[in-house]
Amino acid sequence: MIMQDFGSTVLTCTPSYSLYLAEVAAELGVDIKSFALRVGIMGAEPWSESIRAEIEDKLNIKAIDIYGLSEILGPGVAIECIEEQHGLHIWEDHFIAEIINPDTGEVLPAGEQGELVITTITKEGIPMIRYRTRDITRLITEPCRCGRTHRRLERMSGRTDDMLIIRGVNVFPSQIESVLMKIEGVEPHYQLIIDREENLDSLEVQVEVNEDTFSDAVKTLQDLASRIRKEIKELLGITCKVRLVEPKTIARSEGKAQRVIDQRVK
Amino acid sequence: MKVQQISVFIENIPGRLAEVTKVLGNAGVNIRALSLADTSDFGVLRLIVDKIDRAKEVLAEHQFTVTKTDVVAVEVPDRPLGLAGILQRLDAAGVTVEYLYAFVERMGENAVIIFRFDNVDEAVKVLQGAGIEILPGERIYNL
Repeated sequence: MIMQDFGSTVLTCTPSYSLYLAEVAAELGVDIKSFALRVGIMGAEPWSESIRAEIEDKLNIKAIDIYGLSEILGPGVAIECIEEQHGLHIWEDHFIAEIINPDTGEVLPAGEQGELVITTITKEGIPMIRYRTRDITRLITEPCRCGRTHRRLERMSGRTDDMLIIRGVNVFPSQIESVLMKIEGVEPHYQLIIDREENLDSLEVQVEVNEDTFSDAVKTLQDLASRIRKEIKELLGITCKVRLVEPKTIARSEGKAQRVIDQRVK
Repeated sequence: MKVQQISVFIENIPGRLAEVTKVLGNAGVNIRALSLADTSDFGVLRLIVDKIDRAKEVLAEHQFTVTKTDVVAVEVPDRPLGLAGILQRLDAAGVTVEYLYAFVERMGENAVIIFRFDNVDEAVKVLQGAGIEILPGERIYNL
């Protein structure tokens, strides 16, 4: 409750930790919305617009995305402006940003999606030259409403190495998250379990039931599960199993959320 | 005329049902009637208890998802066609039964059945119109 005592106005942490804070505050009967908090600077894990809306609502703040990597300087390589909350300005006076095709290594024209490659200009200790970040994004070259002229990186849509290949289909956990967050009442806590059954990949999506989605009628719950299944099928073209689980049973992380458990033999 | 029922979401994991009953028992809550609907992954346990608010409170404290629903307790003649007669009247009036379960205890010559209707108020009207005995909550909780 240091935040309350000191009247903190800015919170910086991972998006999942901010939701965890809101949950703990609610459990303690503390109204976190009444805090002096104004802005949340969040990063270090992929998150979606719907999670942003959820954080902004639950903490009564503006949440902005920050990007960085420990090999360069940690968070702070690029950040959204509060005016636009769309696209992270990369400090081009310190970094040269390029987007490449991760398979061929060739540089892509501005505006195309690919892997972000960074060269540091001003770093003296450990300079990085054309460092492959594994992060997938796009460079936004249009001028920004906030007036800054540094180009923007689109919200990271995933990493070249967190992309899952399930039955030959490329799946980013963020896509499944966007499906879940579109459904009213569904918790932002979910887990994907990937396994192999009889030589076929299987995907199980675990979703926590809460007071909004629970019903005494089994049919309502089954309808919820099948709606999630159907929308994932529509978006990704793969069938999955949806398992409704009890609240607070999916492990809360205080750091990066562990969304994916891949049990397939490598 | 309605009876309050609580429903609990239970994952299909060994020991969960025992946990619910233990939590309620330790809080001094007595179960009057119950039914468990099960699917391959989860179950919904529906309960009629003597202390409904206390039950909801302790279950929520133990992180269970709980919801309250209005159901109707009906006295059904304990003889062949006893239930059929009541269902026919409801059917004729277009009232749908979502689910039902029998009460553990009897009331004299009659059995007690708990009904969950799509439209509770309409169902109560139909049953009363047909002279069928509906048991008020207090009698059920304290049976």
